[in-house]
Amino acid sequence: MKSAVIVFPGSNREGDVVRALKQAGSDAQKVWHAETELPKGTDLVVLPGGFSYGDYLRCGAIAGRAAVMDAVRAHAARGGLVLGICNGFQILCESGLLPGILMRNANLKFICHRQFLKVERNDTAFTRAYAQGQAIDVCVAHGEGNYTADAETLKRLEGEGLVAFRYCDAYGHVTADANRNGSMNSIAGIYSDKLNVLGMMPHPENLIEDLVGGTDGRGLFESLVSSFPRAA
Amino acid sequence: MKARVTVTLKNGVLDPQGKAIEGALRSLGVEGIAGVRQGKVFDIELETGDKAEAEASLKAACEKLLANTVIENYRVELI
Repeated sequence: MKSAVIVFPGSNREGDVVRALKQAGSDAQKVWHAETELPKGTDLVVLPGGFSYGDYLRCGAIAGRAAVMDAVRAHAARGGLVLGICNGFQILCESGLLPGILMRNANLKFICHRQFLKVERNDTAFTRAYAQGQAIDVCVAHGEGNYTADAETLKRLEGEGLVAFRYCDAYGHVTADANRNGSMNSIAGIYSDKLNVLGMMPHPENLIEDLVGGTDGRGLFESLVSSFPRAA
Repeated sequence: MKARVTVTLKNGVLDPQGKAIEGALRSLGVEGIAGVRQGKVFDIELETGDKAEAEASLKAACEKLLANTVIENYRVELI
């Protein structure tokens, strides 16, 4: 499985994502934002975390309109997989690939801590290695992760099963205390209509080694790789 | 020709930054403030001297980049 990790000025988690993808068995390479085409045969595009363009204007606003994003939109329109993590999720919302927006955390604080997520469904290319309803232990690090959408969009996301992850406690209970950024309906990640684009605020790529305290993040990358038949 | 674009949050959108500023004004003892909403101002210099052309450019700038119309309104003034 071939993945392309897009690097913008100010991205800073691309190395971690490449490492997680390679560990899961993907051929991962970095692609500079000024490219107008993705490498031939790209199966998965990843928009990594960081502070693209210094978060100027709005988080992800300028990266969302970068040259490479036309190629990413075309890839998504063909049904290709796209994963946006943290700033990558903000970029997906700003580029129109996902609905809604990530606003300033309700408590105005940059939050950086371990976080459990409830896996809402495990029948997508991103989550098949998890169990439905499983609480996975990953982490969050963001100042603007407060998912906000209009009532109609929210109703559609819920009604069509497009919520990917919710903030929860260690037992998988979605509680107000677990929702530290104030996101509507405790939303931590959402899918596009065709389930081929996933945006999420938490960082699964941080938790892929026992050395750093956990491996629950591996499942996401293993799910993606297992979605493709192995090259001979 | 010059223009000023003002981007503000739509009514009903929670503005935690505005709330924090409101609280800070209260703690400074500034009286008579009922509420604060934070927005952005862009001062823009246009190449054209034609009003219609300028308005078209500014509308495109707002719709494509300056405002996220999911949560924000914008207002354009030619000055």
